[in-house]
Amino acid sequence: MSKNGDYKNEFGYFAERPQVASKLYDSKYVLAGLVIFLLVIILPLVPNLGKSVPAPKPDLNTPAIMKLPEKERKCVMELEYMRASHMQLLNDWRDQVVRDGNREFTGAGGKKYLISLQNTCLECHSNKTKFCDQCHNYAAVVPNCWGCHLDREKKQVARAEAK
Amino acid sequence: MAKVPTPKELTRINYRPPAKSWMDTKPEFRPGVYLNAPSPKWLEMIGYPYPRKWSVPDEDWHLPPDWKEIILAGMEDRLKRFRTLKLFFDICVRCGACADKCHYFLGSGDPKNMPVLRAELLRSVYRRYFKTAGKLLGEVAGARDLTEDVLKEWFFYLYQCTECRRCSLFCPYGIDMAEMTILGRELLSSVGINIEWVMASVASCYEKVGHIGATPHAYKDMIDFFAEECERITGILPEVTYNRKGAEILFIAPSGDYFADPGTYTYMGYLLLFQYLGLDYTISTYAAEGGNFGYFISHEMGKRLNAKFYEEAKRLGVKWILGGECGHMWRVCNQYMTTWHGPATFLEVPKSPITGTVFEHAREHKMVHICEFTADLIHHGKLKLDPQRNAHLKLTFHDSCNTSRAMGIFEEPRYIIRHVLPEGHFFEMPPNTIREKTFCCGSGSGVNADEYLEMRMRGGFPRANAVRYVHDKYGVNHLGCICAIDRAVLPTLMAYWVPGMEITGIHELVGNALVFDDEIERTTDLRDRDLVGVGKAEEAEGEAEDE
Amino acid sequence: MDFFKRHFSVAFLAVIGLVVIAFIGVKANLQLLFGVVIPYLAILIFIEGLVYQIIRWLRSPVPFRIPTTAGQQRSLGWISRDLGEKLDNPANTMQTLGRMALEILAFRSLFRNLRAELREMPETYAGGKLVYWSYKWLWLGAIAFHYAFLVVLLRHLRFVTEPAPAFVNLLGEVDGFIQFYVPTVYLSGIVLVVAGLYLLLRRIYTPTLRYISLAADYFPLLLIISIATTGILMRYFIKVDITAVKELVIGLATFKPKVVPGIGVILYIHLFLVCVLFAYFPFSKLMHMPGVFLSPTRNLPNNNRAVMHVNPWNYPVKFHPYLEHEAAYREAMYEAGLPVEILPESAEKEE
Repeated sequence: MSKNGDYKNEFGYFAERPQVASKLYDSKYVLAGLVIFLLVIILPLVPNLGKSVPAPKPDLNTPAIMKLPEKERKCVMELEYMRASHMQLLNDWRDQVVRDGNREFTGAGGKKYLISLQNTCLECHSNKTKFCDQCHNYAAVVPNCWGCHLDREKKQVARAEAK
Repeated sequence: MAKVPTPKELTRINYRPPAKSWMDTKPEFRPGVYLNAPSPKWLEMIGYPYPRKWSVPDEDWHLPPDWKEIILAGMEDRLKRFRTLKLFFDICVRCGACADKCHYFLGSGDPKNMPVLRAELLRSVYRRYFKTAGKLLGEVAGARDLTEDVLKEWFFYLYQCTECRRCSLFCPYGIDMAEMTILGRELLSSVGINIEWVMASVASCYEKVGHIGATPHAYKDMIDFFAEECERITGILPEVTYNRKGAEILFIAPSGDYFADPGTYTYMGYLLLFQYLGLDYTISTYAAEGGNFGYFISHEMGKRLNAKFYEEAKRLGVKWILGGECGHMWRVCNQYMTTWHGPATFLEVPKSPITGTVFEHAREHKMVHICEFTADLIHHGKLKLDPQRNAHLKLTFHDSCNTSRAMGIFEEPRYIIRHVLPEGHFFEMPPNTIREKTFCCGSGSGVNADEYLEMRMRGGFPRANAVRYVHDKYGVNHLGCICAIDRAVLPTLMAYWVPGMEITGIHELVGNALVFDDEIERTTDLRDRDLVGVGKAEEAEGEAEDE
Repeated sequence: MDFFKRHFSVAFLAVIGLVVIAFIGVKANLQLLFGVVIPYLAILIFIEGLVYQIIRWLRSPVPFRIPTTAGQQRSLGWISRDLGEKLDNPANTMQTLGRMALEILAFRSLFRNLRAELREMPETYAGGKLVYWSYKWLWLGAIAFHYAFLVVLLRHLRFVTEPAPAFVNLLGEVDGFIQFYVPTVYLSGIVLVVAGLYLLLRRIYTPTLRYISLAADYFPLLLIISIATTGILMRYFIKVDITAVKELVIGLATFKPKVVPGIGVILYIHLFLVCVLFAYFPFSKLMHMPGVFLSPTRNLPNNNRAVMHVNPWNYPVKFHPYLEHEAAYREAMYEAGLPVEILPESAEKEE
C-alpha cells in the first residue's frame, strides 16, 4: 500500500477517524453516586454547621471545694495528668484496693489520700453531672465506673429509700 | 522447527522470579516461544500499516522512524475511547490474586506472565507519559521509558496471553487482561508488528473463504464431501444449499469445522441434524467464517470481518442466523456484534421452526448458538436419539474460555451431552478447572502456530493436567468442546500431555446418536470407528418402533 | 540496591519522614499549620482530586458491554439458574446491582481465590501435576482490613459530631465488647494493624508479589499501619486530653477552626498522617475504591443479545462486500452451481 507513510491510525482512510464526543459518559449514575458519597461525608457535619461547639468546662463549684482555701484547691495529681489520664489512675486505684488491699495513695505534692472514688474523688467533685458527665458526653465516652459505684446524689436517694 | 522439550522437562517449572528487576530483564526470543513475523502481502491485503519483511529474532525490526509517537498517540486515543483502559491502568492494587490463575504463568513460571505484571508492561509506559507522578519520579513511581526493548517485550508477552479472561474472573475489580491485550496488540499493529498466523488468517478471511483462504467452489466441494460421507455412514444424504435466497435460516460455522479433523465430524453432525429436522437453511460462501481472527489484533478488524454476517443475512433475506460451535466467535457475537452492526431490523426474532420456541434472549442479536437450538429440540422431544451409539466414548467436557467467561453457556452443551451419551459415560473434570474457572487450551487468540509449539504446550499444561486427572481416574478417552480452535489445537496438546485422548465436538455426538427412520444400519460412528453392540441396539430400536 | 529494597525503602523513609515533619512542626509551634491548615488542605485535595479523577474516567465511554460471566447465562426458560448464577452472570439491572453489592460489600471475586501448586511426580508421564485449592486468606485479610478501617473511621465520627449519633456509641460498645484494659480496647484497631501487617508481610515475603510490588504499594500500607499505630498509642499509652482534641476537630468540622493548646504531639503526628492519606488517595491505587463501582466487567448485565448496547463512537468500517467476493470467483461459482447475483455473461458485457 502506497499510503502507508501517512497512515495515521488503524482505521485507515475509509472512514472518519472516530470522534469521541467530549462529554461525560454515564454521568447520570456515577455523578449521582459521587454526590451521595459527598453528602454522606457532609451529613455528620450538618447539625452543627456554623455553630460554635465549645468544649464544656468542668464545674469546680462544689461546697467541698469552696470550703478549701484557694491554695489547697488541688487534685491528687497535676491538672494536665488528670485531664488525659484520670481513667488510668482510677483503674490503678481499683486494682490496688481490690487486689492488694492498699488504700493509701501518695499524691503529686507528697500528700496522702484515701484511695476511694466515692469518698475521695466524689467528696470534692460531688457534682457528677457537671463534672464527670459533661465531658464524657462531649467526647462520647461511656466509663464503666457507675456500673458498681453510686454517685453522691443517687447515694442519698438510696439511703432514704433504705430507711 | 525448534525441538520441543519432553513433558517431563517441561514440568520442571521454576516459579521463583529472578533476582533482577522486571524492568531490567529482556525476553529471550528463542525458537518455540515466539511467533513469526507476517509476510507483507497479508498486511497489504487488508490495508494494514508498514508491510515489510522483518524477523522477530533480528535486532532491527525495521520500525517506522516515528514509531514512538505513533504508539503514544495511539495510546492516548485509546484512553479516550476505552474507559476500561483508563480504569484498568489506574485501579490495580497489585494484590496478586491473578498471578497463579494464568495458564501461561502456570506453564512457564515466567513472572511477566502473571497478568498483573503483563499489564504493568503497558502500565509502566502509561505512567511515564500520562501520569504526573511517573513523569516526575520515573522508576520509583513504576514508570519507564518507551524503548524498542519495551516494544519487543510487549510483543513477546501480549502474544503470551490468549485473552481467556481467567484473571478477570479472580480480580477483585474485574480488571480484564484480555481488554488490555487487544488494545496492546492494536498499538503494536499500528507500527507494523503483527504475527504471520493471525495476519494470514485475517487476510484470507477478509477476501476469501475462511482462514484457510479457500475459494467458494472449493468450500462447496468440502461441504458436499461431508454430506457424501454422511450418506456413506448413515445412508442419509443431507441436502445442502448454498447462498440460497429466501431460506429461513443462515447457518454460519467456524472454518475450523470444515478445514480439518476432528472439526469436520462436527460439521457432519450439523448436516445430519439439519437434514433430520428438514430445516429450511442455507450456507453462505461469503459469510463462511464464523471465527473472527480479526478480533485477535484489533476491535476494528474484528468488526470488519464480522460485518459479513448481517450483510449476507440481509442479501439472502433470511429470518435469523444460526451459529456453529465456536469460542471466540461467540464472544464476538455475544459482546460485540449487536453493538457494532445493530440493530438488525431486517431480521426477525429467532424462533425455532421445529419447537416454536422464541429465543427471547437473542431478540436484538437475531442469532442463536447451535447448542441452544439443539438443547431446545431435545427438551421438546423432537430428536430420536440412541445414546448407545456413543457407548465407545467416555467423555469429559472442556468449557471454552470465551463461551464461559464472556457468555456463560454451560448447561446447554451439558444437557445435550447427557442425552446423546449413555448414562455414566460423562465425567466432569475437577471443579476448579471447569465452567467459569475453565482453563484455556493454551493456543487461543491466534497463537496456534506451529512455530510456537513449546509455548502452546506450556500454556495448555493446566488444561491437560485436568484432563489427565479424569483420564487416569475414570478412563476418559474423549474430550468434548464447543470451540473450533479447541478442536484444532487440543489434539496436539493431548498427544503431548495425555496420549490417547481424542477431541470431539458436541454435534458430532449428536450426529452419531440421531436415529433416522430410513437410515441404513449403522456399524460405525462418523469417524468410521466400530460401534459398541451395534446389532443389539438396532434391534431394540426396531422393536420399539413396531409397538 | 535492588528493585525491592529501593521501592520499599522509598516508601518506608517517606512515612518516617512524614512522622518527623509533624514532630518537628509541632515542636516549632506550628499547631496552626498542622491542626488547621493542613487538614483543610487535605480534605480539599481529597474531594477535588476524587471528583477530578472520576470525571476523567467519565470522559471516556464504555464502548462495549463486556461483563465477565461467571455462571449460566439466561437463555432457554427451562434452564434454571439459581441465585448464585443470577448474581454471577446477571441478565438485568437488579441482578447486576446484586452482583455489584456482593463485589463491593463481600469481595465476591476475591472469595473465589484459588492457590495453584505444582507437585513433582517424577514417576508419572508428565513428571508433575498441578493441584488447586481454595485459598481464602487473602480474602480474609482484605475484608478484615477494609471493614476494620471502616469501623475505625465511623468511630471517629464522635470527634466531628456533637452529640455523637447513637450508632457511633453503639459501634464503640460493640467494638469494645471484650471490656479489656482501660480504656476499653477496640478490636477494630487491633484488626486493622494485624490485617495491614499481613498484607504488608505477604507482599514482602511472597517472591512473586515482592517482584511486582512498587513503592506505591508499600507506601499506603505503611501509612495506614502507622496511622493505626499512632492512634492506638494515643488511646492506650501516650494519652492526650481528649476533650481538647474534640474541641480542635469539631472546630474544623464547624468551620470555626481554632488552635487548642495542650494537645500532645502524637495527636498531630496521627492527624498529619491521616491528612497525607487523604491527599494521596485520589492520585494513587487507592482509587480502586471508586473504581470498583465503574468496572465494566462487573457493572454491566450480560444481555447484549437482548438489549443493544450503543457505542458512542461507532463508525462505519471497510469490509469486503459480497459483490467483490462474487466478482473474484463469479465464473467458478457459476460453474460449481452456486447462485450468483450477476451471471458471468452479463458481467462480461458490462466490461
